[in-house]
Amino acid sequence: MKTTLTRNLLATAIASVILPVTAFAADPKPGGDIIVTYQNDVATLDPAIGYDWQNWSMIKSLFDGLMDYKPGTTELALDLAESYELSDDGKTYTFKLREGVKFHNGREMKASDVKYSLERTANPKTQSPGAGFFSPILGYDAVSAGDTTELEGVTVVDDYTVAIELSAPNATFLHVMGLNFASIVPKEAVEEHGADFGKNPVGTGAYELGEWALGRHLVFEKNEDYYKEGVPYIDTITFEVGQEPMVALQRLERGDVDIAGDGIPPAKFLQFKNNPAYEGLMVVGDQLHTGYLTLNVTIPPLDNLKVRQAINMAINKDRIVRIINGRATPANQPLPPAMPGYDEGYEGYPFDPEKAKALLREAGYEDGFTTELFVMNTDPQPRIAQAMQQDLSNIGITAEIRSLAQANVIEAGGVQDQAPMVWSGGMAWIADFPDPANFWGPILGCEGAVPGGWNWAWYCNEELDEMGDTADAMVAEHQRDDRAELWGSVFIEAMADAPWVPIFNEQRFTVRSERMAGDESLYVDPVHVPVNYDYIWVK
Amino acid sequence: MMPIYILRRLGYAVLILLGVSFITYLLLYMIPADPARQLAGRSATAETVANIRAQLGLDLPFYQQYFHYLMNLIQGDLGRSYIQRTEVSALISSRLGPTMELMAWGIGFELLIGVSLGMLAAIKRNTAIDRFLMALSFVGVSSPHFIASMLFLYLFAVNLDWFPLGGYGEFEHVLLPALTLGLLGSGWYSRMVRSSMIEVLEQDFIRTARSKGLTRLRVLFRHVLPNAIVPVIPMIGIDIGIFIGGLVVVESVFGWPGLGQLAWQAIQRVDIPVIVGVTMISAVAIVIANLIADLLVPLVDPRIELDKS
Repeated sequence: MKTTLTRNLLATAIASVILPVTAFAADPKPGGDIIVTYQNDVATLDPAIGYDWQNWSMIKSLFDGLMDYKPGTTELALDLAESYELSDDGKTYTFKLREGVKFHNGREMKASDVKYSLERTANPKTQSPGAGFFSPILGYDAVSAGDTTELEGVTVVDDYTVAIELSAPNATFLHVMGLNFASIVPKEAVEEHGADFGKNPVGTGAYELGEWALGRHLVFEKNEDYYKEGVPYIDTITFEVGQEPMVALQRLERGDVDIAGDGIPPAKFLQFKNNPAYEGLMVVGDQLHTGYLTLNVTIPPLDNLKVRQAINMAINKDRIVRIINGRATPANQPLPPAMPGYDEGYEGYPFDPEKAKALLREAGYEDGFTTELFVMNTDPQPRIAQAMQQDLSNIGITAEIRSLAQANVIEAGGVQDQAPMVWSGGMAWIADFPDPANFWGPILGCEGAVPGGWNWAWYCNEELDEMGDTADAMVAEHQRDDRAELWGSVFIEAMADAPWVPIFNEQRFTVRSERMAGDESLYVDPVHVPVNYDYIWVK
Repeated sequence: MMPIYILRRLGYAVLILLGVSFITYLLLYMIPADPARQLAGRSATAETVANIRAQLGLDLPFYQQYFHYLMNLIQGDLGRSYIQRTEVSALISSRLGPTMELMAWGIGFELLIGVSLGMLAAIKRNTAIDRFLMALSFVGVSSPHFIASMLFLYLFAVNLDWFPLGGYGEFEHVLLPALTLGLLGSGWYSRMVRSSMIEVLEQDFIRTARSKGLTRLRVLFRHVLPNAIVPVIPMIGIDIGIFIGGLVVVESVFGWPGLGQLAWQAIQRVDIPVIVGVTMISAVAIVIANLIADLLVPLVDPRIELDKS
């Protein structure tokens, strides 16, 4: 605490000296064309469907929703909504829309578009991976079951007012309205292009899609009619796809590329970090991520609490962080430090192989046992699994590594008696939105402990689930801190049952060319992942 | 004679393609990854997953799924990509042009390098030059594409700056990947040309040609080469087949937007309709290219008759 305080004071002192200068130097300049590279072709730009780390921020630049976040932060902000009101029962949000916001096709965005867009995502025919986020909205179940296409809870009051009623108060709802899945789309464009809307996106966002040559490149052009004055700064962004990450970095060094979208391949990280040519080009940021080892609480002998605690004490997290060249910080609890509810005072299970052995003895496994560890088969995940394997063998546990393709590991984790242990690397979990609730339900709550779910520990503690429900019903503004604290205690209490070994919180790295400007936080934006294209600019 | 031969070959081709489609479909059906779950994403309920499964017909038994696939295939419908949600045929056709371009240049370089080195080795047979060239061709054909592509990229594009660092569009972009393919693949041709040339050089008619006073060069290009080149033609057919579906590594390293790169991206993301689609297109290409090569052989060498029976 003390060190943080001093550091803050120091930072303030430095800032007060430097700020006037940097503020002057950092006046954003409009104009310029940049090139961003990616290895894979962009999957889709349909906001109801796109759900990967490449198209997430691209979609955010083409579309807007009712809510968004302050650039470079996890702080909620109004977007297409000019204001909102919450009813006294905490169930109905009434959004006032901005007037005069135009879609890229020139038509004005109205309240009926909000209703259409939400219903489109909820409709099972759309096959939206984000439909489930809308389950708090009244009438979602009927739409999900295919009984109707209209959400009972969504009402168009007038052209610029829309009311959304929930089945119960839900403190995460405004975050849900900030997800890409809640982007506002024009009905006529969706109907015109049908299943190909993702190739012909029309939104209200800062950029519009100019050209898409499949497998080669996409061009984003500045939306001259964007409702936010002055942004975006850059005229065109060309996304060149099919570029090998290493080659992209070489091109960046030459100045042919401005942002290497895939970042630095893990195996080459140190080489680049220590290369003077890249000094000042690499931006480091925290992300809402935790890497963890799941311990399936229903498979013996992992159903024994002492065994799970022993495993928690056996794993040397510092060594694992070293294996990935320090691209992360060791974790002791499920929530990442940047998440509300993170408990700074919690110390977690210490690394103590002797005590771990003693616990195993108490549990009756003096001679150890043999189990399986599932891991995704791309670097560095298998190396991390091998480190865990060694640590476990030190306390007598033989863990056989099952290294499989991502989809197959996810499949195995979702079958109750399949995977005793799963290393989450490369698959889970990065928060969809900056709220602790998103770190509970799907991966530690009972709702995720179902076939095909993501709770690979199959941990289901109804008491903690109820605490979470209580927290999520605390919707008033003044309850925010209490709510975060309550959520924090849910995670700490779960750690007493040791369903996971939290390993580390991964950091994010973006490499950008020398001529790119704008606050560093924009290049590792926690929400507009990986880069907030709307606010960066060219020197 | 000829039309019957072609018809019979086409009949075989249909059988081969049926077999390829069945095996590919079966293999991808058996891998333990549920496409519906993948599409539904991590926040989907079991109900949503079941719904998507039904919409895609994935809840049907294997033979029905395969039958539907075949029926659509006959109508030219390869389905939609699970990841990109685009028609597979659109994805493939966007990639065919670049692949053809790279293939043409690649085979061109293979022939240029392979045939000239093969000829040189044959003329200088059993000398140090011959042994050196054959060793070189052996190194070429046994080099892993991945290592060689990276090496050439770093040497010629990064260090020497003679070529652009990958990409697509201008003529300069195709040169380095095509040269890589040419250098690596030329070994097959040089060895083939060498041995068939040595065979031809020992024939009586060559001695006759020489003894009637023709120059060495004239003998070489008028009499030896046309005879020695025959076995190269079916090899080009095989090469075309391999290149259409098999440039995965070179295309990925050089950022070449061809079918191989599409296949690689699809495999990484378990995009089944795209994987099946690319496999089918490659199979079609192999079958057709081989057929054409076989039909060309008797045109070059009238002594060879197709279908003696």
